[in-house]
Amino acid sequence: MSGVRVLVGTKKGAFVLTADGKRTKWHVEGPHFPGWEIYHVKGSPVDPDRLYASQSSGWFGQQMQRSDDGGKTWAPVGNQFTYDGIPGTHQWYDGTPHPWEFKRVWHLEPSLTELDTVYAGVEDAAMFRSTDGGKTWSELSGLRKHTSGPKWAPGAGGMCLHTILIDPSNPKRIFIAISAAGAFRTDDGGETWKPINQGLRSAHIPDPTAEVGHCVHRIAMHKSRPNVLFMQKHWDVMRSDTGGDTWHEVSGNLPTDFGFPIDVHAHEPETIYVVPIKSDAEHFVPEGKLRVYRSRTGGNEWEALTNGLPQSDCYVNVLRDAMAVDSLDTCGVYFGTSGGQVYASADAGDNWAPIVRDLPGVLSVEVQTLS
Amino acid sequence: MIRVELPSPLRVLARIDGEVRLDIEGRVTQRSVLDAVEARYPMLRGTIRDHVTQKRRPFVRFFACEEDLSHESPDDALPDAVASGDEPYLVIGAVAGG
Repeated sequence: MSGVRVLVGTKKGAFVLTADGKRTKWHVEGPHFPGWEIYHVKGSPVDPDRLYASQSSGWFGQQMQRSDDGGKTWAPVGNQFTYDGIPGTHQWYDGTPHPWEFKRVWHLEPSLTELDTVYAGVEDAAMFRSTDGGKTWSELSGLRKHTSGPKWAPGAGGMCLHTILIDPSNPKRIFIAISAAGAFRTDDGGETWKPINQGLRSAHIPDPTAEVGHCVHRIAMHKSRPNVLFMQKHWDVMRSDTGGDTWHEVSGNLPTDFGFPIDVHAHEPETIYVVPIKSDAEHFVPEGKLRVYRSRTGGNEWEALTNGLPQSDCYVNVLRDAMAVDSLDTCGVYFGTSGGQVYASADAGDNWAPIVRDLPGVLSVEVQTLS
Repeated sequence: MIRVELPSPLRVLARIDGEVRLDIEGRVTQRSVLDAVEARYPMLRGTIRDHVTQKRRPFVRFFACEEDLSHESPDDALPDAVASGDEPYLVIGAVAGG
């Protein structure tokens, strides 16, 4: 029988939420790694029982955990992330040069085809790869050594590489995004990278259309159309039909186009989801109403999805890695909030219900569809 | 025998119940003690000291015999009471946060 496993990273541990294909009765397991920040937990598409978790702490630094039994048991693997060569400097908040310093792993992206290969996006922004199941990590330093690297600057959350999208039709093509540098693409498996930010416009940088410096919050792709990308930028929801070479705005009738996550329906490549947030100064939903917005037209025309979500006195945020979809026949959509709720919709967003209400603040949500 | 007390998060991480007890050949220094801890529990590498520089992480402190040794040279000899096992060597997670 089919089912789903929701992997939740929070500020104080990881949780594994499971249900059968109806997605009405949930089993909550956790916390794993209690007390530690779990920025991301993600499973391998090759073997869904292979999970990786990024565990970190301001006191004791970065750990990486691996499970080979779907999250029942875990073991630490390699936690050494050393930049290739002399790291040099990027731009600090005040515009001065600042040395590159490893802080934590934000995002893990297991290979679509190789069980023991997994990518890690880290702060300060760089991309690492392990080909031995997380035991050792090597930097794909062509990204950080891009000529624009000294101009990259942190966003308020740190200079993080938070999005990694592997092209299912071409594993040598990978898209990544960095706050606040922008989006980049490799076509040679990570050796060389190019900024793909043409069409973005960001008022917080001196040249609003500069090659780099854009605070991209998230990029999403449907696996059947890897040249079509959707982006939630700091402000603006954007779309590319050219593999990132050019972008155009599709914010349309959203109440605000600031936000963090963006995702695509599992079976409808033109159906996308965002969670509008009031502003970059007020990181909560507008008007006290928690509303997911869905576009069935690939952007521009958006509808509010509210059934089952709080519509008064709600002031939570939804972070960039905290939304995911399953691939059951009726696509399930999931997101977690800064208030510790994880909501699920088993009907593509029409109706919502909380799976859990009182976890620590949610940092990330991933979903595995199990057969 | 050297006795080492680790903070709770690191004991959980390394699945350590109670104190760590170590036999160390040669001089008993902070470096030799921490090297021995990490050799027995490799998952603790990088949690107390930086992987590359071997410097103490900023929110970790080292105490023994009611003294703060955090700023002492890692190659100075530890007090006799630690070397003899009468007193533990303490690795402390600093009080931080609200």
